[in-house]
Amino acid sequence: MTDIQPVILLSALLFTIGVVGVISRRNALIIFMCVELMLNSSNLALVAFARQWGNLDGQLFVFFVMAVAAAEVAVGLALMVAIFRTKHSTNVDELSQLKG
Amino acid sequence: MAILLLPILIPLIAAAINAVFGPKLGERTSGWLATLACMASFACSVVLFAQVAGQSEGGMNTNLFPWVWVENLHVSFGLLVDRLSAALMLIITGVGALIHLYSIGYMHGDSRFSRYFVYLNLFVAFMLVLVMGNNYLMMFVGWEGVGLCSYLLIGFWYEKAKNTDAARKAFVLNRIGDVGFIVGLLLMFSVFQSLNFSDVLGVGETGFKIGAAQLPFVGLITLLLLVGATGKSAQIPLLVWLPDAMSGPTPASALIHAATMVTAGIYMIVRSHVLFDAAPSSANVVALVGACTALLAGSIALRQYDIKKVLAYSTVSQLGFMVAAAGLGAYTASIFHLMTHAFFKALLFLAAGSVIHGMEHYAHNMAASHDEKHIDPQDMRNMGGLARKMPLTALTFLAGALSLAGLPPFSGFWSKDEIILAALERNPVVFALLAVTAVITAFYTGRQLMLVFWGTARTRDARNAQESGPLMTLPLLLLAILALFGGLLNFPGGLWLEHWLEPVLGAEPAAGFNVAIAILFSTLTIVALLVAFGLYRYGGRETQVKAQTGLKGALNRGWYLDDIYRAIFVIPFYALASFLARVFDLGGIDGVVNGIGRLVNTVALGARRYQSGFVRMYGLVMLFGVVAMLTWFMLSAR
Repeated sequence: MTDIQPVILLSALLFTIGVVGVISRRNALIIFMCVELMLNSSNLALVAFARQWGNLDGQLFVFFVMAVAAAEVAVGLALMVAIFRTKHSTNVDELSQLKG
Repeated sequence: MAILLLPILIPLIAAAINAVFGPKLGERTSGWLATLACMASFACSVVLFAQVAGQSEGGMNTNLFPWVWVENLHVSFGLLVDRLSAALMLIITGVGALIHLYSIGYMHGDSRFSRYFVYLNLFVAFMLVLVMGNNYLMMFVGWEGVGLCSYLLIGFWYEKAKNTDAARKAFVLNRIGDVGFIVGLLLMFSVFQSLNFSDVLGVGETGFKIGAAQLPFVGLITLLLLVGATGKSAQIPLLVWLPDAMSGPTPASALIHAATMVTAGIYMIVRSHVLFDAAPSSANVVALVGACTALLAGSIALRQYDIKKVLAYSTVSQLGFMVAAAGLGAYTASIFHLMTHAFFKALLFLAAGSVIHGMEHYAHNMAASHDEKHIDPQDMRNMGGLARKMPLTALTFLAGALSLAGLPPFSGFWSKDEIILAALERNPVVFALLAVTAVITAFYTGRQLMLVFWGTARTRDARNAQESGPLMTLPLLLLAILALFGGLLNFPGGLWLEHWLEPVLGAEPAAGFNVAIAILFSTLTIVALLVAFGLYRYGGRETQVKAQTGLKGALNRGWYLDDIYRAIFVIPFYALASFLARVFDLGGIDGVVNGIGRLVNTVALGARRYQSGFVRMYGLVMLFGVVAMLTWFMLSAR
């Protein structure tokens, strides 16, 4: 039985870095990378728990997350290119036309 | 028993044909179709009359098909032709046919010619339903149907607001009466468990007696029926619609508002005589209402200038005579007067129509331009000397007028004499009222004759008046003959009508003939006529248009009845409506609706601040949300 505590701690650390990055940074690209960081930290946690319980479901799920993340990156980057073309900026604070 | 339906169906089919194809048929076809339909209906009525005459009593009573069949309310579409309804059918279709014929001439050139005949035929059909129904619900259908036709014909020339106002007034006042009628019928059903004449009135049975359990309610039922009658027959307090109803075409006034529809109330009372006999106090109220109406309307007729208004008020007055007679229990006299009145009043209206037609001749055919001063063709102050211009009309009008005045040997004398005699024997108050009215009647009739036909023409239009064509004068002549000899129907000694109606109305104390009373009233009539002739020989002083004051003004304005009703009912109603519209609707209902809108608006104004448009803000809120949810889950899982 492997001790997974350090791995879970690492995962939590990476997730927190991602959250702080999403909330504090303005550059859309950085926010995007932070979102990826959060996804991967959860992947790490899934793999670790799967190993602990000897259950392959968690490992399988990671593949799903990676596939979905890849698709998300494709769409997200395309959106960002389109936004940059019209606004000449990737600052998310400037993208507030929909405010009430 | 299909022949029972024929008199109703024929005018109904003609009305349908005229309604659909009328404008394409052209005046001649359309008018004659309607007239022939009415004549065919008259022929059917004659056949039915002969059949009824062949039977000893009871008449023909048939339920054609079940109509309203709910729980213990069983009402059939049933027709009853007994001696009473057969006699009235003859009057309705006979006088109706003459008026149809006259209308072809009178309505010539009207833009809605065929529509007029649709209404007229429809009216005849509904009036027949009214008198032929064998239960109160059928009677009510006819009752409402003739009310509708009356409304349509009063407002026939709807381009003028005055006419549509008059139509609405007639409708509303009739509705007030109808409410009384309906409530009366409901009470009758709950007491008798039936609305059939055979169950309630014992039609066709001999020795019918109202059960002891039902007797206490009869008084209330009859009073409610009286309310219905006051609406339809223009009695106090609902009489004010009839004078205004004169704004319709004159032949329609003759048929509906003189000869037939307005007598529906009298028919209803006479038909329900079993109930009224069982409630003497209600019958007394009926007699008093009739007598008071007779005097009130008669006095108003003294100071009217519109040729048709005089006739309208005199109709109300004569209806008062009939109602009073019915209230006194002199049902035969009531029906007798109904018949003679149908003859002479239809004649008077048609002759007045002919006068108006003649007065309009100048404006329609000879006026140099439309700019010439318009003269009211119905105002008697603008007439005078028309006897020389329109001899046939004048002669027939004279016959009708003398009949109305009650001069022997004209028909009106005999029927009025019978009523007055009955009043003398049974109720002195009613007798006094009716006696005064009889004298007044003679006076205003004389005044009208003088103002219209005597003296010299007072206006350009009167100078150029022309006799109407044969289509109009022929019905006048026929009606004049009826007005002359109608008294033979119940001539003292023969009393044909009384014997005829005996199976329906039961044995009444035979109407006697008091020579002293007859001579007294003949003399009074002649004196009143002569005084009127003397006063108005040269048109009288009132031929100048001027404001009327004092008693004259009060009479001219119809005792201010319209103004009183306006003050008591119309103005408070408007005030209530205005309160509901301004305060209740705008403040209450609109306030609630607008309040909900404002509430949503306010909430939204507050909530919009949370939609800042900053993605990172949303992320933070999401984070807190997720953390809060997770915390809650963890705490509750423990």
